[in-house]
Amino acid sequence: MRILRWVIGLVLIGAFMYANFFIYTGSIYIKLINVILFSALFVVYRVIVGPTAADRIVAVDILGILIVGMLALLGLYYDQSFFMDIGLIWALLSFIASLAFAKVLEGRSLDD
Amino acid sequence: MIRTLIGMAFILIGVTFDFLGVLGLVRLPDVYNRLQAATKCVTFGSAGLLFGVFILQGFNSFGFKVLIGIVFIFLTSPVAAHVIARAAHRSGIKLTKETVVDQYQEDHELKE
Repeated sequence: MRILRWVIGLVLIGAFMYANFFIYTGSIYIKLINVILFSALFVVYRVIVGPTAADRIVAVDILGILIVGMLALLGLYYDQSFFMDIGLIWALLSFIASLAFAKVLEGRSLDD
Repeated sequence: MIRTLIGMAFILIGVTFDFLGVLGLVRLPDVYNRLQAATKCVTFGSAGLLFGVFILQGFNSFGFKVLIGIVFIFLTSPVAAHVIARAAHRSGIKLTKETVVDQYQEDHELKE
């Protein structure tokens, strides 16, 4: 069972990397954005099957930071600077959401 | 030319750190291990990626927004990680079996 999980993971990552960097013909920024979106797929897997509630909170926090990097690359590809405004607002809302979820998990009220 | 090379090197290092951090989020056995791996690697990776975008763009509006994003990520991400770890420990989530020391628990028992 353990070896089966290793084989499935390695085949999945290897197939994605080969298809992204050697078959797909596009800009290098789009290839890097594809790598970050593949990482976001793993984060969503941890959100779905996380054993405890803290795992899901950690995964949502990590997803916010990943999306900020992806929006910077997207702004570099389209040569527009307003994508970074969206990234800043996303980072701020993700931080506040993490603090609120942690307070709720700890079982205290929001004002201490 | 040399500026493009340095910027792309920073962006590649950042995307690699993002992917490895998310792999640690999937693979490690415990909430605290996952939090440590994912938060450190993804924070450094996204900050390096944004610094590469700043080197590529220079001192225009996009570059300054990216600098604000780097400062914001370095300020908020460790705070969120610390709050989530403390909330998880106080809400009674068990550590994994391979743990050798738990100094927060010992300190908490000493105070009471």
